[in-house]
Amino acid sequence: MAAKDDRKSVGVEFVKGFWKENPILVMLLGMCPTLAVTTSVINGLTMGLAVVFVLTCSSLIVSIVRNIIPKQVRIPVFIVIIATFVTMVDLFLKAFLLDLSKALGPFIPLIVVNCIILGRAEAFASKKGVFLSVVDALGVSFGFTITLIILGGIREVLGMRTFFGHPVLGEGFEPWIVMLLPPGAFITLGLLLGVKNSIDKRLKEKRSR
Amino acid sequence: MGEEAQALILSTSPHAKSTDSVRKIMGIVNLMLLPAVAFSIYQFGLYVLAMYAVSIATCLATEYLVVRWRKRPFSLNDGSALVTALLLVMVLPPRFPLYGVILGAVVAIVIGKQIFGGIGYNIFNPALIGRAFLAAAYPVWITSWITPRIGVDGISMTDAVSTATPLAQMKFDGVVAAAADLFLGFIGGSIGETSALLLLIGAIYLIVKKYIKWRIPLSIFLTVAVLGGIFHLINPARFPNPLFHLFAGGLMIGALYMATDMVTSPITKKGCVYFGIGIGLLVIVIRLFGGLSEGAMYAILFMNALVPLINRATKPRIFGTGAGE
Repeated sequence: MAAKDDRKSVGVEFVKGFWKENPILVMLLGMCPTLAVTTSVINGLTMGLAVVFVLTCSSLIVSIVRNIIPKQVRIPVFIVIIATFVTMVDLFLKAFLLDLSKALGPFIPLIVVNCIILGRAEAFASKKGVFLSVVDALGVSFGFTITLIILGGIREVLGMRTFFGHPVLGEGFEPWIVMLLPPGAFITLGLLLGVKNSIDKRLKEKRSR
Repeated sequence: MGEEAQALILSTSPHAKSTDSVRKIMGIVNLMLLPAVAFSIYQFGLYVLAMYAVSIATCLATEYLVVRWRKRPFSLNDGSALVTALLLVMVLPPRFPLYGVILGAVVAIVIGKQIFGGIGYNIFNPALIGRAFLAAAYPVWITSWITPRIGVDGISMTDAVSTATPLAQMKFDGVVAAAADLFLGFIGGSIGETSALLLLIGAIYLIVKKYIKWRIPLSIFLTVAVLGGIFHLINPARFPNPLFHLFAGGLMIGALYMATDMVTSPITKKGCVYFGIGIGLLVIVIRLFGGLSEGAMYAILFMNALVPLINRATKPRIFGTGAGE
């Protein structure tokens, strides 16, 4: 029985990050990278994958050491653990993907203080077992990545006529420069939130009927 | 005397009700915009008529679709979308591509109005939201101006050539247009903003009918005139005279028809004055010291955002309470 329950909750913990507890669309965490770097799909994807790596590794370590950290100093300890992995990602990008590293600028180092990662460490990894913590981290960070790709996709197509750098809209379409600017980020995110909430509302109505 | 006449009527307040409906008010606002609309078609050619047609069709279609999708009360025939459609075109440059007009109209209705719950709930003036979006989306198109048919000093032009607005000429070349040309509309500029005279005629009727609150435009004009006058006295070579400030750019149409939007302006009398002073102040600051040549749009949008705060700060004392404390 216990094994079955575990398997079920593993599935739940993984899936919840995509919709029910989506870090961007529901928890509204990590707004700084969300709004600032999603001018193109590739930027969103890179940012997302960096968060996948940092969140998964830090959740793993935090979960392992959760019982030996004194409660009073847990936040500084989390930060040190997170900063270690962020530095690794930052150096990796600088060594192998210099262009992307330049495009993302300070937002990679800023993952250190990203609320999503600190939030998962505080709310989940420091309380649950190692395996579940990693599953939770993977779910939440991939939910984050997919949302960034959607955001970046909409903004790149409308703002530059391209998707992943490939032109998708014809010459006749005059790009909306506003989509690459901060207002475009806010408008797109707001509309995505609205769409998600209205889908949720429809689902709820359907279920109650 | 019949029995009905003597019967005591019991009802809750309000007891005095206006017979004006949203539809009637919006209809009259549309009617009052018509002189300026007709003049703009004459001044800038039939292409402008096509812009009006496209804008009206898009606004009505978008309103219809959103209202149906959201299952909101039907608001298509109340005329408010028509006001938005007309005002949007009136603040666009005369040769703005029709595709851009469609985009602006959709943004105005969806993001400016229906997202907030439709008529009566919007925080910002929908037409200005549409224009602000277009200004950020197409920075080149939104600043491409042409000469009107009747140009400076009443001289008629045969061909429309590209030109700068009086505000841009003032800002970047130091040329100040004559007040008479500005007042009559013999200048380049956005489609419906050029003729201060025709805009004023319509607005005065609306003020007499009490459909727009006179305190708002008056306090905007006074603030602009006084502040503009002070700067003009300090340095006449650099800062234009107050009449130029009053009649140039989008100040007239903005102050008379957009700042006075019933939904997005303060409800208290004192609040209206503060609101107007705020807009006037921002217009002068942006025009004289900002990077843009005209600031009426952002001034109004910014003050729209402050309206809930203004309403709260100017809440009148309830009769019989709190006196003398």
